[in-house]
Amino acid sequence: MAEYILEMKNITKEFPGVKALDNVNLQVRPGEIHALVGENGAGKSTLMNVLSGTYPFGSYTGDIVYNGEVCRFKTLHDSEEKGIVIIHQELALIPELSIGENMFLGNERKGALGINWDETYHQAAEHMRQVGLKEEATTLIKDIGTGKQQLVEIAKALSKNVKLLILDEPTSSLNEEDSKMLLDLLISFKSKGMTSIIISHKLNEISYVADRITVVRDGSTIETIDNEGHNIDEARIIRGMVGRELSDRYPSRERNISDKIGMEVNGWTVYHPLFTEKKIVDNVSFNVHRGEIVGFSGLQGAGRTELAMSVFGRSYGTNISGSLKIDGKPKELKNVRDAISAGLAYVTEDRKGNGLILAESIAKNTTMAKLEKVCTKGIINIDKENQVAEEYKGKLRTKAPSVQQAVGNLSGGNQQKVLLSKWMFADPEVLILDEPTRGIDVGAKYEIYCIMNDLVAQGKSVVMISSEMPELLGMCDRIYVMNEGKMVAEMPAAEATQEKIMAAILQSDKNGTNSSPQDGESDAAARSLYSKE
Amino acid sequence: MNVKNFIKKYTMVIALVVVFIFFSVWTDGKLLVSQNMSNLLLQNAYVLVMACGMLLCILTGGNIDLSVGSTVCLVGAVAAQLMAKYDMNAWLVIGICLLLSVLIGMWQGFWIGYIHIPPFICTLAGMFLFRGIGRAILGSKTVAVGNQTFLNIFASYINVPGLDNGKIKWSAFVAGIIIACILPVITFISRAKKKKKGYRQASAVSQYAKIAVIDALVLVYTWKLAHYKGIPVMALWVLAIVFIYAFITSKTAFGRYFYAVGGNEKATKLSGIDTNKVYFMAYTSMSLLAGLSGLLIAARIGSVNGDTGNSFEMDAIGSCFIGGASAYGGSGSVGGVVVGAILLGVINQGMSIKGLDNNWQYVVKGAVLLIAVIFDVVSNKKTGKAG
Repeated sequence: MAEYILEMKNITKEFPGVKALDNVNLQVRPGEIHALVGENGAGKSTLMNVLSGTYPFGSYTGDIVYNGEVCRFKTLHDSEEKGIVIIHQELALIPELSIGENMFLGNERKGALGINWDETYHQAAEHMRQVGLKEEATTLIKDIGTGKQQLVEIAKALSKNVKLLILDEPTSSLNEEDSKMLLDLLISFKSKGMTSIIISHKLNEISYVADRITVVRDGSTIETIDNEGHNIDEARIIRGMVGRELSDRYPSRERNISDKIGMEVNGWTVYHPLFTEKKIVDNVSFNVHRGEIVGFSGLQGAGRTELAMSVFGRSYGTNISGSLKIDGKPKELKNVRDAISAGLAYVTEDRKGNGLILAESIAKNTTMAKLEKVCTKGIINIDKENQVAEEYKGKLRTKAPSVQQAVGNLSGGNQQKVLLSKWMFADPEVLILDEPTRGIDVGAKYEIYCIMNDLVAQGKSVVMISSEMPELLGMCDRIYVMNEGKMVAEMPAAEATQEKIMAAILQSDKNGTNSSPQDGESDAAARSLYSKE
Repeated sequence: MNVKNFIKKYTMVIALVVVFIFFSVWTDGKLLVSQNMSNLLLQNAYVLVMACGMLLCILTGGNIDLSVGSTVCLVGAVAAQLMAKYDMNAWLVIGICLLLSVLIGMWQGFWIGYIHIPPFICTLAGMFLFRGIGRAILGSKTVAVGNQTFLNIFASYINVPGLDNGKIKWSAFVAGIIIACILPVITFISRAKKKKKGYRQASAVSQYAKIAVIDALVLVYTWKLAHYKGIPVMALWVLAIVFIYAFITSKTAFGRYFYAVGGNEKATKLSGIDTNKVYFMAYTSMSLLAGLSGLLIAARIGSVNGDTGNSFEMDAIGSCFIGGASAYGGSGSVGGVVVGAILLGVINQGMSIKGLDNNWQYVVKGAVLLIAVIFDVVSNKKTGKAG
């Protein structure tokens, strides 16, 4: 067999006005897991789209040599025929169809007359077994979690006889335990001879799973690093990605916490909006001082987002009870409007779905939560709106040609900055940031942290919900731990460690009465997930 | 701005010009006759008025209102009967009818906005309901509108004693000259204001060139009107509605919310905007305009029958989509919709002058709608995905 299963030589791809890829070279050995890392907008996804035929032959220059032959893919179908399958960050599954139907969508098992459903579900079950997915093939996609959906995508790839599997940010919406399972699955496929290319921002995962790492920066390949021992220093990768040593991943700040309590929540209980007998948040109390960053840790489904949204003008759940004080004054927030005028802001974890209007400009998104600030008697002062947007663009260093740019055209990190602008513009005293750094690159993360530090320096209160424990430990003053809707621990960040947080979750599961199905999950999570941490 | 951008931005305007020239030549200039130019506006007044309201509905997410044709019939029927049977005062009739249309709109807006009945179904139901009630009120007869005050309010021509006594109605042209003078002045003042505050602004050349073109059109059109019967009162109604809606959609917070809901409803809700109310207002305003159209039509035709307003909803919806409103909501402008409505109007007018029968007019309308939307989708794909 040749030394490389895939060689991409001198790939150059231009979009109007931008050179997205500039003479990129990528070599992948058969049977390895090859990681592609780089900041957002570095060109990783573009490169993979060239490989898979999403950008057809002719729209780029350079050669793709796969299994020793030069390939000219015109469509996704061409590349899939050769066994190259790409799984995108946003899953391409249809919620209302079953696992089996999704798996063979566009590739139906045909019988003499129409679709052979027995064959479909039989084969689906076979592929599901290979990926360790314990569900019925007839279960609808919408009824299974994101982790399992990701497995369905991989099973779908297997059904296409995949030789080279490309995964674009496969774990970005998974919790740590599901992520680990997915990566282990890749390793087990590797032992059977499958080659994978994985794009990820999570360096600990890369270090764990990848055999070799190619760093992409500004549309060019910078270097390919060997990671045979799976013990590469993350700082080493970061240096390649940003072109400099990022000595401190968390900016330092003066701890200047006021005695005044910015927001206080007591005995907060929320029920599920549809299954109204199900408690999602159970008698939770917490507070955040002015000038303080408080972290919320917990596994996915712990109820953190639901807690935050229900506090934010009852935008989630039914039958909400409990008391809320802002700046010491009791408040009854009936809707989002009330919450905003009370000085509360909730920066969503789902910036595309719940946060921004992608087709609209930066300017219009920026003023959306408090449009009246640029209005006189209901009439918008468009010049003032642009000026304000320009101001925030400068302050947060959002990279965009102008504030008229549609938000959908920006990278994830810049979208997050626009989302932050939007809520900072609403003049909040208390900001709840839900996964503020999800899916954005190291450099942009650092900038988001700096913005958070600025906010608390101005005496505002920040609540940060995050699934990345190092980030909570690095940024917060105090950390609350939630599990299954209950508050299970509170600790000063200085004393907190990942083990302590996990132990708190595990402890609560053991004491809990209604948590039996989750036990296995937390056990696994409690074990230190990646050997290095 | 280079040529490509220019064509992209003004596609429909260019299409309108091309179609207009084509029909002018094909009808041997008959389209340009003063009377035809005047009728072009009068015959499409109802489309222009309703398309403005339809735009708001479409902005909220491609939602349409199928009931407007029936609302036209119902409101027209009520107006005709009140005047014919009870000899009621025209102004009172107008008040009652507009109130009735608002109530109809609130009825639909309530189900759509607060109970979340899909707009398509709710307004389909309204289409049957209001048509039926309208016919019942008419008692399956054609009712004539004879109240002179009512006709004057909607269907007369402006007549300034002294100016308009002769064959040429000078008041129309004078109005045209005044508008032509005011436009550059307004532009100049707003530019000066922007400059003073240091805001960024469009290039002077393109802005003044645009004004010059508009001025020329205004002068030519009012000149034509002066040679027929002068300024129709209906034109003032249409202009008022168009300006109010253009202002609402581009300059007010209230108008911005329609775009926001169509762009991303969840994000809009989480920004503290009452999305239910946005839907409610869209359908309320739509029915109000449909009611106004009913009055305009009743006055113009001079009678109301059970088929009045038939398939008007399709003209309004078609104008919006031809005018560049997105079928998924969140984008579109009153300016575009007006161009779309006039484009449809020119085609109708041109074909009826040429004596082509109704059937072919439908075929052409359908083709134009399809081509416009295909063009929109294709051109957006080319530029939109490159990033």
